Amino acid sequence: MMAARILLRRAAPALRQVRFYAEAASASPQMSFTFASPNEVFFKEASVRQVDVPTLTGAFGILPAHVPTLQVLRPGVVTVFSEDGSSAKYFVSSGSVTVNADSSVQLLAEEAVPLESLDLATAKANLEKAQSELVGASDEVSRAEVQISIEANEAIVKALE
Amino acid sequence: MFARASAVVFLPQCGQVRSMATLKDITIRLKAVKNIQKITKSMKMVAAAKYARAEKSLKPARVYGTGALSLYEKADIKAPEDKNKHLLIGVSSDRGLCGAIHSSVAKAIKSEIAKLAGAGKEVMVVNIGDKLRGLLYRTHGNHILINCKEVGRKPPTFTDASIIATELLDSGYEFDQGTIIYNRFKSVISYKTDEKPVYSMDTVANSENMGVYDDIDADVLRNYQEFALVNIIYYGLKESATSEQSARMTAMDSASKNASEMIDKLTLTFNRTRQAVITKELIEIISGAAAL
Repeated sequence: MMAARILLRRAAPALRQVRFYAEAASASPQMSFTFASPNEVFFKEASVRQVDVPTLTGAFGILPAHVPTLQVLRPGVVTVFSEDGSSAKYFVSSGSVTVNADSSVQLLAEEAVPLESLDLATAKANLEKAQSELVGASDEVSRAEVQISIEANEAIVKALE
Repeated sequence: MFARASAVVFLPQCGQVRSMATLKDITIRLKAVKNIQKITKSMKMVAAAKYARAEKSLKPARVYGTGALSLYEKADIKAPEDKNKHLLIGVSSDRGLCGAIHSSVAKAIKSEIAKLAGAGKEVMVVNIGDKLRGLLYRTHGNHILINCKEVGRKPPTFTDASIIATELLDSGYEFDQGTIIYNRFKSVISYKTDEKPVYSMDTVANSENMGVYDDIDADVLRNYQEFALVNIIYYGLKESATSEQSARMTAMDSASKNASEMIDKLTLTFNRTRQAVITKELIEIISGAAAL
């Protein structure tokens, strides 16, 4: 009987080494979402369901309890899905996004506008102008500027179509 | 020879004899003070208008700035104590007549330099604003890295902040830790000289809590840090601009009030003098007539 108990005791630590599944994310972390540009604040510590961001390493969606990360934005569309299911789209030029361990997200864009206020025809015209400038651009700096302009205009056109 | 010298020296030294100020003197002085009052009053209105605009644009800038700084607070990034190269960014402007705005930032910078140099660290200063340069270049000229002019005439924009940050990064000064010293706007009548930390890429990369953050490579971190630097500078510029306009408003307001007080006093003196002159003339006339 004692032997059995000892055996049990020795078995118990072995049992403790059995791997468990990771704990399910606790229900509480609400995403505290702050989305701002230097001139305008779109969301300030708002509670939203999901945010899709375009980054240099690709587009990804952020939900509450996302793993903490730092990313740099590329020209593209940010989609914010709020609690009631509606979504809002904004075009951002560049900036950074920070996801912290406490599930707060800071999306700081250098320039951001709601997608509705962009005009497709103007964007196409700008894109063509930039592409023609690329041929003429000679030194590094102006090449880089023209390529940035092309990338941004392409993203606008893609977003509006 | 000595007798003659001493005779020459012995000139009657009258003390300050104030002759009765003539009406003309008082009129001239009164006109000058009235002009000054008009000017300071209009400067106050201009500062009030600029302040209203600056305060309106400060609200989103504050959210933006605190968002940019939140990473450093949440990840609890602290600079290691033994690092040697420090950077101080002082934010002020080009124009004066705004109270203690420039001198408070200069005072904070001077005490920081004294503290850090005393501990054997190397310190360099970035001056944003000509007034700050004027206050610092005589005593701490060898610590100045960059001077920025034409600040304060127009409201600061993100482009200005990025120009400053680009200059700083291009200067080649590899600082380990930095501080931005600016005037934080508290209310129309008060502001406070505040400091916010600026971290270098190495400090952030080597900080222990950064391991929490997933999927970061050196390139992304460098871009992120550069953007964060611009954000912090932008935040300091905006807060300082609002504080400066509100301080100028109060300074010009008290100058106008003082000028009004002087005008009242001078007007009374003028009237008294005028009556005294009339009385004197009358007495002369009457005594002249009585003599006949």
